[in-house]
Amino acid sequence: MELSSLTLTQAAQLLQKREISALELTQNHLERIARLESQINAYVTVDTQGALAAAKAADERLQRGDATPLTGIPIAHKDLFITQDLATTCSSRMLAEFKPPYDATVTRRIKEAGGVILGKTNMDEFAMGSSTESSYFGPTHNPWDLERIPGGSSGGSAAAVAADFCVAATGTDTGGSIRQPAALTGITGLKPTYGRVSRFGMVAFASSLDQAGPMTKSAADAALLLQAIAGHDPLDATSIDTPVPDYASLIEGDIRGKRLGIPAEYFGDGLEPDVRKAVEEAIEVFRGLGVETIPIELPHTQHAIPTYYIIAPAEASSNLARYDGVRYGHRCDDPKDLRDLYFRTRAEGFGEEVKRRIMLGTYVLSSGYYDAYYRKAQRVRRLIAGDFTAAFKKVDWILTPTTPGTAFKLGEKTQDPVQMYLSDIFTINVNLAGLPGLSIPCGLDRQGLPIGVQLIGQVLDEGGLLTAAHAFQKATDFHLKRPTPLSAP
Amino acid sequence: MIDSRYEMVIGLEVHVQMQTRSKIFCGCSTQFGQGANTQICPVCSGFPGVLPVLNQEAVQMAIKTGIAIHGQVRPVSEFSRKNYFYPDLPAGYQITQFELPIVEHGHLDLHTESRGAKRIGITRIHMEVDAGKSLHEGIVGGSWVDLNRTGTPLMEIVSEPDMRSSAEAGEYLKKLRAIVRYLGVSDGNMEQGSFRCDANVSVRLKGAEKFGTRCELKNMNSIRNVMRAIEYEAERHIDVIESGGHIVQQTRLWDANANLSRPMRGKEEAHDYRYFPEPDLPPLHLTEERIETIASSMPELPETKKERFIEEYALSDYDAEVLTNSLELADYFEAVARTVAEKGQADPKAAANWVTVELLGVLNKEGLEITQSPVPAAHLGKLIYLIQNNTISGKIAKQVFATLFETGKDPEIIVSEKGLKQVTDSSAIEEEVEKVLAANAKEVELYRGGKTKLIGFFVGQVMKATRGKANPGLVNSILRQKLG
Repeated sequence: MELSSLTLTQAAQLLQKREISALELTQNHLERIARLESQINAYVTVDTQGALAAAKAADERLQRGDATPLTGIPIAHKDLFITQDLATTCSSRMLAEFKPPYDATVTRRIKEAGGVILGKTNMDEFAMGSSTESSYFGPTHNPWDLERIPGGSSGGSAAAVAADFCVAATGTDTGGSIRQPAALTGITGLKPTYGRVSRFGMVAFASSLDQAGPMTKSAADAALLLQAIAGHDPLDATSIDTPVPDYASLIEGDIRGKRLGIPAEYFGDGLEPDVRKAVEEAIEVFRGLGVETIPIELPHTQHAIPTYYIIAPAEASSNLARYDGVRYGHRCDDPKDLRDLYFRTRAEGFGEEVKRRIMLGTYVLSSGYYDAYYRKAQRVRRLIAGDFTAAFKKVDWILTPTTPGTAFKLGEKTQDPVQMYLSDIFTINVNLAGLPGLSIPCGLDRQGLPIGVQLIGQVLDEGGLLTAAHAFQKATDFHLKRPTPLSAP
Repeated sequence: MIDSRYEMVIGLEVHVQMQTRSKIFCGCSTQFGQGANTQICPVCSGFPGVLPVLNQEAVQMAIKTGIAIHGQVRPVSEFSRKNYFYPDLPAGYQITQFELPIVEHGHLDLHTESRGAKRIGITRIHMEVDAGKSLHEGIVGGSWVDLNRTGTPLMEIVSEPDMRSSAEAGEYLKKLRAIVRYLGVSDGNMEQGSFRCDANVSVRLKGAEKFGTRCELKNMNSIRNVMRAIEYEAERHIDVIESGGHIVQQTRLWDANANLSRPMRGKEEAHDYRYFPEPDLPPLHLTEERIETIASSMPELPETKKERFIEEYALSDYDAEVLTNSLELADYFEAVARTVAEKGQADPKAAANWVTVELLGVLNKEGLEITQSPVPAAHLGKLIYLIQNNTISGKIAKQVFATLFETGKDPEIIVSEKGLKQVTDSSAIEEEVEKVLAANAKEVELYRGGKTKLIGFFVGQVMKATRGKANPGLVNSILRQKLG
């Protein structure tokens, strides 16, 4: 067995027992990246020296016996997590040269737990996109089929996990950016409750929707990574101040007798037949595990996409105002005055999708349109959240497909933004409502591409979702399937 | 003076820099006058990924001010983003309270000489973050930005357009400044910009209900300048209207040197700030309990203190007003009055006179604040006591005071060093009286002939001879006795 194919749970056990060293585990991953990364383009930055140094420190810590489950685990960070002294680009020309003097709370916590940071993964520019094609550094390829996209915006993290370029990765999810790429690359992705993980040091896209979470090879792995990054942060006023449960022991719990809601709205015409079939089979697996399934309604589902594409760009237009060429990041050459500095810096620094959303956001917030768009969208958002509140009176979790289809081809949807936006049709609601959602693999389509099933929980029920997912993964082997193109020598 | 057919309509927006130890959304120091960009961090300089965390000390100060101006503190207020591009605004937006400010519906009572008490409505107090400073002067080929001030907590106190003269505006500002200083919320320093005022000014014919078109005046760094600017602006409006023109709504800068206002930007350049609720900060919930705790810990405010001074010290309305204008002055006066009472007979009126007339007189002349007074309150109290127990006369006391102001020395020591002790020995005075009467035989004759008003002349002569040290009462009675 190659060390790079170990899950976090397996690797942690071997490290603790000193059967492998953090250094050899890290080196194994670095070698694999060196050999295969050119096919995938999962990373923006690989920090070989930093990773080796951290691995050596982790080995010393393991020797001393004060290790955590993350000590010595090679991890990749989506390139919107701020990492001290390590380039943080958000896959944008605007930040291509940016080396921050501070750490995000997520990256700091992983460092403190002894995690080894391999590097920073590719993403859609400023997390805007569903295919990782809007990256300034070129698209990431899906390890299952190099002609296809890995999903987005955390496509680099998803591909890195799927290709065994890291043991686990961090991602962020504003409208589905952890769950959708997880589904399209056959891995486990968890978007926790809004505020469960600190946003401090995550380059903001849409502040009221952004949420960091783990992207891993299994639910058990996700539990370990979430454990390290979750919890209140005094640097983030929106972070939730509630103790973090012990997820690793929680997930061994019994799910017999739990009620699973199946919303009719998520099984309509747009769903690819193979996806429908796999998700329905997943429902059967849960029934076999003693879970009761209950049909439910989420009547405002159809309004999620337009609501999201008002709120997210509105916040983004404001969050991205700071990239003005004055203090850091890209600056145009020889500006003739202040306006010229602003105009050219931003015109040169931002890509097409980012500009589209800034313009959209500026428009919906402008005086005279605020009430018609932004205020109305906030009202619809409350209705969508209300749908879930009503549903959770009847069920423990909600099950839906993660995506309407499997990974599409590179370039297939880049000319049609609306088609691209529809990739997130099943995940966006969860962000609007601030709930936790998780995607786990549940099969392959006729072309051998992974299919994901989504579980949605109540506020702070990450533990419940991981328990259900873990039970499913003990009963199935979908999460163990690896892409073939890369496993060939 | 403005044309008496017109009246001014004035509303003021005051930006108060709160004296918190750290900035409003990060832990950086707020100390004034430090080297450029030495008091900044990723949060206040708007780096990617950073988030604001609200400073509860600033909230506390805004609540205190709200209570002091009789306002209603909202149980739920919220922050918004005001979006615009400027090099000294690092995030590209200012965090401010917009739709739901922390305080609403307050007021302040002025005491106008002509019409007595007048209530000025205060629409709202909201918290916001200050921007940085751009430096252009003397810099070739660009501008510099200093972000030290970025993130300093501000309170914007917005009045109703209730003021009708520059004098009212001046008094409103003085009262407001006294309040924030009493509360320790701000140093109220206009020159250093910690108390900044924008004035909205319009004019209308007396009796008219509709407001005229207003202009906003900026850049005034003293209360005197605010008053001058308002007067200038009102006259300008009347001139325009009288010559058949109409006022264009605009923002104007006050040029104190030229004594005029000039347009800064017109309405056509008006920004669309695209306000929306700040998603990085949850709404600010304030419990009744918290507000009550703050209310009960509030210091005595100018209004209450003034009433107490009138009551407790039997001071005139005017004296009480002057003395309570600043907390330091009020404290100083009370310390003087206390010393007098402890040493001899309580005489707050005398204490008030010495403080308001003598001390403030010289301090004003020297351009000093009460906090910079070289005369310790205990020494001024002692001086009054020395008059009370006849050690010196009132006249000599002024001489002692002058030395006291120069040296800060104990008045008792000044009196003994300079030999100013009052002569109360009647035989010594008798001797001087004899000499004076002998030297002015003609006047003695006139006095005895019925011109008794000459008594003042004789007193003066004796006092002159004793260099003011003789007890005037004794001089008087001995003279009368001798002149018989």
